[in-house]
Amino acid sequence: MELIARDLAVTLSGRTVLSGASVALRPGEVVGLLGPNGAGKSTLLRAIAGHVASEGAVTADGRDLKALPPSARSRLIAYLPQARTISWALSVRNLVNLGRMPWHGLGQGMSKSDTEICNDAMALMDVGHLADRVSTELSGGEQARVLAARAVAQDTPALLADEPASGLDPAHQLMMMGALRRLAARGRSVLVSLHDLTLAARWCDRIVVLREGRIVAEGAPGHVITPDLLAAAFGIRAHIAADVDGLSIVPVALTEQMSGA
Amino acid sequence: MSYARLNLGLMVLAAGLFILSLLVGPAGLGPVDSLRGLVAGGDEATMIIMREIRLPRALLGLCIGFSLGASGAVLQGFLRNPLAEPGVIGVSAIASLGAVLVFYSGVAGASRLALPAGALLGALAASAILLAVAARHGSTLTLILAGVALSSLAGALTSLVLSLSPNPFASYEIIFWLLGSIKDRSMVHVWVALPLMLAGWILILLAHKPLDALSLGEEAAASLGIDLARTRLMVVAGVALCVGAGTAVAGAISFVGLVVPHLIRPLTDRLPGKLILPSGLGGAALLLAADVAARIAIPARELNVGVVTALIGAPFFLWLVVRSRKDVF
Repeated sequence: MELIARDLAVTLSGRTVLSGASVALRPGEVVGLLGPNGAGKSTLLRAIAGHVASEGAVTADGRDLKALPPSARSRLIAYLPQARTISWALSVRNLVNLGRMPWHGLGQGMSKSDTEICNDAMALMDVGHLADRVSTELSGGEQARVLAARAVAQDTPALLADEPASGLDPAHQLMMMGALRRLAARGRSVLVSLHDLTLAARWCDRIVVLREGRIVAEGAPGHVITPDLLAAAFGIRAHIAADVDGLSIVPVALTEQMSGA
Repeated sequence: MSYARLNLGLMVLAAGLFILSLLVGPAGLGPVDSLRGLVAGGDEATMIIMREIRLPRALLGLCIGFSLGASGAVLQGFLRNPLAEPGVIGVSAIASLGAVLVFYSGVAGASRLALPAGALLGALAASAILLAVAARHGSTLTLILAGVALSSLAGALTSLVLSLSPNPFASYEIIFWLLGSIKDRSMVHVWVALPLMLAGWILILLAHKPLDALSLGEEAAASLGIDLARTRLMVVAGVALCVGAGTAVAGAISFVGLVVPHLIRPLTDRLPGKLILPSGLGGAALLLAADVAARIAIPARELNVGVVTALIGAPFFLWLVVRSRKDVF
């Protein structure tokens, strides 16, 4: 499914937080969304998912997503929010099973294939061994992976993930990015917001950089992540090194402009 | 415990207490005579006692208990707050105020439907305000705050009416009604309340799927295809119908809606949608048991069932909270 957002603009309490944002997501692609805090990354993800009112168009294979009811949209796009909310002491298995909800009619329960999809999602996020644990008693990182498994279990052509790697240990950060890549290899398209520049550079096919609600750069990581871009978008100076696996970016100092601020 | 077995067990418990409620009373009828009087007629006095006194009382205990238990479960799930109970949205307080105004105006004696009508008008007004708030604002917090404001206003106006009451007897009557009771109700009360409650039950039970999704927050629920605005309207309207109808015929019965979901939750897989039906059945069982206790606790004088539910429920709830080392929800 080709997911295209065109000229998205969002105004909250009279303040424009996103304007003129256009992104195209193709099957098999992992696109990284970068930008400083408050740049509009979460708003862009929410606007594409239809969870915030926006101007502009969002289409899936040419179909207007805004015109679709929430139930139909939920079979096309899964959205993993940044906030990790679990209100009741649900078991991990029951929580991940909620991902199958869009595919169930009234009174319809979990089928054998639903269970297989959920088991696969838990394995992908390395939480299969936690299936019978109480989700609210898990560590923050484990909860993040369980919630990601819920979004994967939704089994939609597109996945929008808001900072899924934050709060994870290094091994599970790599595991999370590997899982998103495997989803892409199965033909899904993934749009993921990240703060770790090296993860974004190494695991994403394309990078979209936001600043103050506008897209300021877009393209392959090697072309987009440059000293000038890091200074302009993030206000940092960084060591950028390249090896066979891609770029490594180590922020080392604030730019003069930022340190003055 | 499996979901089906839990519901079956609670159904049997509620049915048993319903029959017990039919058999207990000051008339001192034997069980066989009682049931014969109810089903087959026979002795006219027995028939009147069974069909016009005990049957409406037991039916109201069953239906109001179910309404309160289910409303408590749906509100706790919807607001994602274990402290939520049917009174939190203010409908019962405004309904009570409506009934109190009927007392004050002196028309309560004119018809036995005057009190329920006043309470229903109150519930209707409160529901209209809440639905307008729910439709206009997206936030559940706004809904809770609106409910708190309505409850506070109703409480203040009820106190005002009490203080302006023309004589102590009228004040006593108002306070007694506010304590909540299903004593001396007729089948007319059942027919007034039941259709409204039925509509409320349908709306509440249809909200089970959105409630499960809301366990993960509003954004994740929306991502799972839940129409949050529609869910908000269904829950508010369903609870308002249940609580408004219940308060109209029985006054404000406290604690059932708060405590029952907490009693039932550990027996379920804690998905809030799957708590609604067993909480309703548990609420019916608790209110019927409390009503039987209200009749036999002090033989010389019958207690108000609202007092008994709080007297049994509050210490038991405290024990449950203290005993549990982990969160009770």
